[in-house]
Amino acid sequence: MVTIDFLGPIQKPSLELEINNLNELAKILQEDSELSEWLQNCAVAVNDTLVSSLEVTLNDGDKVSLLPPVCGG
Amino acid sequence: MSINSKLDIYNGSLDVSLIIKRWYDEESQSNYGAYIPFIGTVRSEDGIDGLSFDIYEPILFSWFNAWKVKAEKRGAIVKMAHSKGDVMLHESSYIASVFSPKRRVALELIDEFVEDFKASAPIWKYDLKDGRRIYAKDRSTAIKGSGLLGVTL
Repeated sequence: MVTIDFLGPIQKPSLELEINNLNELAKILQEDSELSEWLQNCAVAVNDTLVSSLEVTLNDGDKVSLLPPVCGG
Repeated sequence: MSINSKLDIYNGSLDVSLIIKRWYDEESQSNYGAYIPFIGTVRSEDGIDGLSFDIYEPILFSWFNAWKVKAEKRGAIVKMAHSKGDVMLHESSYIASVFSPKRRVALELIDEFVEDFKASAPIWKYDLKDGRRIYAKDRSTAIKGSGLLGVTL
């Protein structure tokens, strides 16, 4: 099971999904119309490390985080 | 007493005088010739009562640790404090400082550090207005590489 966390202002509860890679996650999340804008502007981290490609294998217990646009300070 | 680079998260506003003095005292015998603080203060604009912040600490700390290594390669150290939760008008939510042997490195690093902080640090800002907490979407910046999951497959 992979946990999906939606950070900051997305205001969506975490998901637990049986997926093997980020491509599968993209397909699932793209079916949720409430997420469409967030998917265009969120960065993605796997186990708290930012990733730059969907070609990432996911294992049981992994955590994927979606990080919306930031504004610290 | 030198304790080098560090990042502290506080609930609510920052006690600027205390933090600036504490950092000064920590490094006063460390032989740094320059100490350059940047202090961010909540301004009154667009009728807001204040700002509020969410922080994702695991990635914030790894971002900061990468900067610590970068600064130390140049003989400098960085110290940063940031608020989470609510910070009202004219209070401070953010302090960043660089200490270095000479001024030039500190002046350059504080600029690079604060700009990268604005573009990359996983912190979300909300306006506090009429009892509501409103995401400051228009003032926010997508982290480099964003949009991966939105690519049509």
